[in-house]
Amino acid sequence: MRWNELGKFLLVTLAIVGGFCVYIRPLTHSIKQGLDLQGGTHVVLQAVDTAELKVDDDAVKRSVSIIERRVNELGLTEPLIQRQGKDRIIVELPGIKDPEKAIAMLGKTAMLQFIDYDGKVVLTGNDLKDSRGQIGQNNRACVSLEFNDEGAKKFAEVTARSIGRPIAIALDGKVLTAPNVNEAITGGRAQITGNYTMEEAEHLAILLRSGSLPVKLEIMENRTVGPTLGQDSKEKSITAFIIGCAAVFVFMLVFYRLSGVVADIALLLYTMMLLLVMRYLNATLTLPGIAGIILSIGMAVDANVLIFERFKEEVKKGRTLRSAMDAGFDRALITIMDSNITTLMAALILFYLGTGPVKGFAVTLALGVILSMISAVIVTKYMLHFLIYSNFTKNPWIFGVGAPKAEEVAEK
Amino acid sequence: MSDLIQKLRFSIVRNYKIFFGITITFLCIGFGSMIMRGFNLGIDFTGGTIMDLYFQRPVKVVELREVMSSQGLGNSIIQLANSDGESSPDVLIRTGIITEAKRREVVEALKAKFGEYEIQRIEQVDATVGGELIEQAVTAIVLSWVLMIAYISLRFEFRFAIAAILALIVDVSVTLSYFSLLQIELDSSFVAALLTVVGYSINSTIVVFDRIRENMKLRRRTETLSDMIDNSIWQTMTRTFYTSLTSLFSVVAIFLWGGETIRNFSFAMLVGFSSGIYTSSLLAAPMWLFLRGKKAGD
Repeated sequence: MRWNELGKFLLVTLAIVGGFCVYIRPLTHSIKQGLDLQGGTHVVLQAVDTAELKVDDDAVKRSVSIIERRVNELGLTEPLIQRQGKDRIIVELPGIKDPEKAIAMLGKTAMLQFIDYDGKVVLTGNDLKDSRGQIGQNNRACVSLEFNDEGAKKFAEVTARSIGRPIAIALDGKVLTAPNVNEAITGGRAQITGNYTMEEAEHLAILLRSGSLPVKLEIMENRTVGPTLGQDSKEKSITAFIIGCAAVFVFMLVFYRLSGVVADIALLLYTMMLLLVMRYLNATLTLPGIAGIILSIGMAVDANVLIFERFKEEVKKGRTLRSAMDAGFDRALITIMDSNITTLMAALILFYLGTGPVKGFAVTLALGVILSMISAVIVTKYMLHFLIYSNFTKNPWIFGVGAPKAEEVAEK
Repeated sequence: MSDLIQKLRFSIVRNYKIFFGITITFLCIGFGSMIMRGFNLGIDFTGGTIMDLYFQRPVKVVELREVMSSQGLGNSIIQLANSDGESSPDVLIRTGIITEAKRREVVEALKAKFGEYEIQRIEQVDATVGGELIEQAVTAIVLSWVLMIAYISLRFEFRFAIAAILALIVDVSVTLSYFSLLQIELDSSFVAALLTVVGYSINSTIVVFDRIRENMKLRRRTETLSDMIDNSIWQTMTRTFYTSLTSLFSVVAIFLWGGETIRNFSFAMLVGFSSGIYTSSLLAAPMWLFLRGKKAGD
């Protein structure tokens, strides 16, 4: 018996199991969750040509920055605005409370026009300096407008010649309000009143101050998950995770005994490494991604199974535990490399061609293949090495790699 | 356990007709169904809208149908989740392709009739997305095959690569067959599931081929190629069985407990993995033998 080796084994075991118990929870929570788990909206906007304007690179660029301004005003944590390809914009709004209103706001052109009694457009959104949602007269919500210098000049001029007549304020061609002008307004301020809630007034103000979109944006895709369904998905995937893992763990214990224990410890480390790498890659955890993790655990034991089966064959050939283990590892390594590299190719392609959740899934799959190789080849190898070199038993049965020895059978 | 598995031993190469026959029969039925009935394509492919809304009071299908009809969308598919047989607050509506503005109108009409609601899920997809998705999926799978052929040819030989890819084509076809036969809805996650199946199945096939490659070198003159293949398959059979079990544990856990949202996804994996186990242990190696121009028994 060499206590030294056994001590090393126990130390590594303790470190991994302890680390797992302490860190698994905070680690899992620190990974960014996808919209399907935390709830939120994913929208794809497509720029389309209109009679006045063709879609070009500049128009899309300007649209992205206007959408950015609009989204930032919503005060969400970590929204995402991304241009996709030539003429598409992806917007992700995690944890949005009222997705319907937010979506309506994104695609709005928000072209503001002041139209005089002749039907002539006298001022536009370009003349604005700022706009705010406010509580106005009679405690009713309204949108206050502040013109820039040139706008103020024009507005004063227009109101001066429109006394007693209406000026219409229109948004995207729809008249919001058309008050009569009582006197010339020289202060460079105006108000849009109407039957608004405070929230509506604020949204309108955001639209106006972020500017109007240069091209028409159509909503091409909208995927919204409510917070309840997200929470529900999260809970269910945790259940599936626990059950799936437990089954794999028990299986390894039953069929490989002490080697199974080693494989299970390697699996714990594998799970931790996977989550850790996902965190540092800033990967997003999605529902298919979690399914991928559960699946990868079922597949991660494959490397261990390959090693243990080789180990078993070598023992059968009459080798000692030590040399059987070394030979088993060496031979299994080639198999593991070749089979996993081919699998990795599927994951790589999925990563390059996939979008959104599919891409996230590919990351999990690829990481799973690589990390399970590392954990099986390195961790399992050293831990088994420690155990076998500690000489605490020479019985292959304990390692799940041979029949019980004759004398033990006789005892029973 | 492995002794038990070895006791089952029979010649896989010599019985190839049975295994090929089963596969071909199933695929004929599958392809027949694909041609006759096609697929139940989800909105990811066809375009359209799905709204899963939770109202504050239970709602009846008839009432919902009324509102939808008044919006000119009378042919929408309406389902109640967790229904007590007649009404439920949890409503699932699938329409054809409508604009976002129209969808909002519909929602407003529903709100006017049934009161406040909470959004569980909304999915709205434009028609053009579907075509892109199919194109993307086919490119992804074909590209991954090209890469695999290159790698296997490099590490093994070209005929191994072709046999492995043929096995994968069977797996993909089997999975598609199930989805057509059972008319299960195809969505974008199906592509991911299919590629996972491909990744898993190729892994198992390579393990068998690796053994064949090794045994080729050790082969005695007296041993026929067919016997050598049989030996290789059976030497890896315990591993195939164990790994299949642990992978299936995971897939079944996701299928049974992972929730409705990913049920179709996990079903694709379930049938694909099962097919992968079958093709990698029973079909791939005999195919390699035939590609070498040999017959069973040679």
